[in-house]
Amino acid sequence: MLRTGDAMSAAVMTKAGAPLAEDDPDIILAVDGLETHFGRPPRVAKAVDDVTFRVRAGETVAVVGESGSGKSVASLSIMQLLARGGRIAGGSIRFRQRSGTMIALDKLSQKEMRKIRGAEIAMIFQEPMTSLNPLMTIGDQIAEMTMLHEPIGRTKALEHARQMLELVEIPAAGNRLGDYPHQLSGGMRQRVMIALALACKPRLLIADEPTTALDVTIQKQILRLLERLQAEMGMSMLFITHNLGVVAEIAHEVVVMYAGRVVEQAPMRELFRKPRHPYTLGLLHATPNPARDLAPSAGGEPAVRRRLTPIPGNVPSTTELPDGCSFAPRCPLRIDACEARKPPLVKVDPDHASRCIRHEELS
Amino acid sequence: MTMARGAMARRVLSRLGGMIVVLALLVTVVFVIVRVTPGDPAAVMLGPDATQADIDQLRAQLGLDQPMLVQYFLYLGQLLHGDLGQSIFLNQPVLSALADRAEPTFFLTIFSILIATIIGVPVGIIAAYKRGTLFDQAVVVAAMLSASIPSFWLGLLLIQWFSVQMGWFPTSGYGGPYAGFFDRIQHLVLPAVSLGIVNSALIVRFTRASMLDVLQEDYVRTARSKGMSEFRAVMRHAFKNALIPIVTVIGLTLALLISGAVVTETVFGLPGVGSLVVSAVLRRDYPVIQGALLVVAAIYVLINFLIDMLYVVIDPRVRY
Ligand SMILES: Nc1ncnc2c1ncn2[C@@H]1O[C@H](COP(=O)(O)OP(=O)(O)OP(=O)(O)O)[C@@H](O)[C@H]1O
Ligand code: SF4
Ligand SMILES: [Mg+2]
Repeated sequence: MLRTGDAMSAAVMTKAGAPLAEDDPDIILAVDGLETHFGRPPRVAKAVDDVTFRVRAGETVAVVGESGSGKSVASLSIMQLLARGGRIAGGSIRFRQRSGTMIALDKLSQKEMRKIRGAEIAMIFQEPMTSLNPLMTIGDQIAEMTMLHEPIGRTKALEHARQMLELVEIPAAGNRLGDYPHQLSGGMRQRVMIALALACKPRLLIADEPTTALDVTIQKQILRLLERLQAEMGMSMLFITHNLGVVAEIAHEVVVMYAGRVVEQAPMRELFRKPRHPYTLGLLHATPNPARDLAPSAGGEPAVRRRLTPIPGNVPSTTELPDGCSFAPRCPLRIDACEARKPPLVKVDPDHASRCIRHEELS
Repeated sequence: MTMARGAMARRVLSRLGGMIVVLALLVTVVFVIVRVTPGDPAAVMLGPDATQADIDQLRAQLGLDQPMLVQYFLYLGQLLHGDLGQSIFLNQPVLSALADRAEPTFFLTIFSILIATIIGVPVGIIAAYKRGTLFDQAVVVAAMLSASIPSFWLGLLLIQWFSVQMGWFPTSGYGGPYAGFFDRIQHLVLPAVSLGIVNSALIVRFTRASMLDVLQEDYVRTARSKGMSEFRAVMRHAFKNALIPIVTVIGLTLALLISGAVVTETVFGLPGVGSLVVSAVLRRDYPVIQGALLVVAAIYVLINFLIDMLYVVIDPRVRY
């Protein structure tokens, strides 16, 4: 019933050997077996335990997972902006620079990393209300970004800031340059954050739940805006969210995280139609439209799917991860072999990976 | 912008109005305190051997024989003319007595607050930035200790080391009436250092606490994500936001320093306002005590007003 052997031999995306086309010039971010830990032994929190994924040029990759699954820590690891006490304990993060060369971000000095931050990889955050400096005008905050990376003066930088504000559809942009953040609404501030992040035309934008704190109608507008800018500027986007509805709207590719590990990665439609991990399946069923509309019809569904809604139990604590599959305590398909050792992330299809030893039964 | 300017003008006017009310209250309180102090000031001033005739004459001279309300308005009238009364022992108006002694106190206070700020703010910033390290812990302990050191004791220690043993600085005084500016300043070094060090403790603690708060703000992370240096992120984005509590505590320290001048000037034999007040108290020179009290209190109020105006400069949110 279980074909562990096959699964093992198909383990192409694990840390050990990754015969994935590394010189594929399309790949601009390659994260492999990333481990990010907080604290000192014996109380080490493995916030990110084994994260592997790829981002291609001009593509939006959504990272989904419950609260605490390590999405923010993973993205801050890429930026090398971990909070105090956090460190990259293993794995690699490689990024293709504008020049075309692939560099290991985790090996860069802070000084070298500063040239990447803002210029090649920019980030926007969940909280638009607190992410802007309350004592600086929005014009100066955007201009500062350009002046940090390009040899231009303040007047030119402010003019560029005005153009950026127009780009993110802020009305009367010229009059808003002198505004302070507290004079703007949450949605407007998030637009300013986007203008700021895109000021140097980064190749990769990391958006950590950029719409979660906003009203539903504003959320939609911001999503539209990001989608339009991503396409126009041809940049890649790593879009972090716990909302599968948002994923369906914006993502080309989806990475599902659970308890610090990537448990599944697939193109968006494929993931919604043919999830190959019980956790993804549970997420899809815990989410209303449009996820269910995209899922296979009721007739063809295995009985297990019904029992997964909603997923009972809680995410394990990052300091007490189980030895084997971290989803085992909540998984209706769990067998003893699941807990023996950590399941590898295996290719179940050419562009579809799953970290479940029983993925075949889900196909 | 015009709306902001209107709000700004309203704020300045209301603070100025508040300042005048506080000053009027102060004048009244000082007036009342002096009147309700037990004993007839005239009798106290003249000593136990004075005859009733002498006392009555002095009472009339000081206007103490007038009804209370009349005295109050006479006193107010004098103040409005900048007249703080006449010193009984110095044979000169209180205002000019204070002015004569103002220089050492002024420079002592300014140097002390500069030293306290130059030590306190950077040490507080670095301690917060290096939170939890040995440096930070040492700073926390040192700030606690130095806050409990009386500044006169530190002053005596410094005199012992640097004046008596090393001979680098004068032990006491202000160089006499003909001393040049540099000579006078040299006399202020040790007192200013001892006051500055002791008073930096509070500034260190406030700076550290305020920076700890601000360093974990989202906008500091945003600043870092823009690719700027740590120094720029910490100073331009964090420190600026930590300024309001820091400015407040510096103002408070300045006010404390002025009242602390009494002790320090005595220890270092500086002929400033502090030692003038001490001798006035010893000699029961009421007009001088009263005048010094008023001037110091007025300076307090002025400092408060200036700090409030600084808030407006620092934080745009206060402007609207
Ligand atoms: N500064 C920190 N110190 C210690 N542990 C941390 C720190 N930051 C995050 N963690 C831990 O790392 C784990 C993952 O956190 P993370 O913020 O990445 O989750 P998330 O997936 O972004 O969740 P959310 O959807 O709530 O944003 C959590 O268990 C958290 O406790
Ligand atoms: S490995 Fe086992 S426990 Fe883990 S998800 Fe698959 S079936 Fe469930
Ligand atoms: Mg998060």
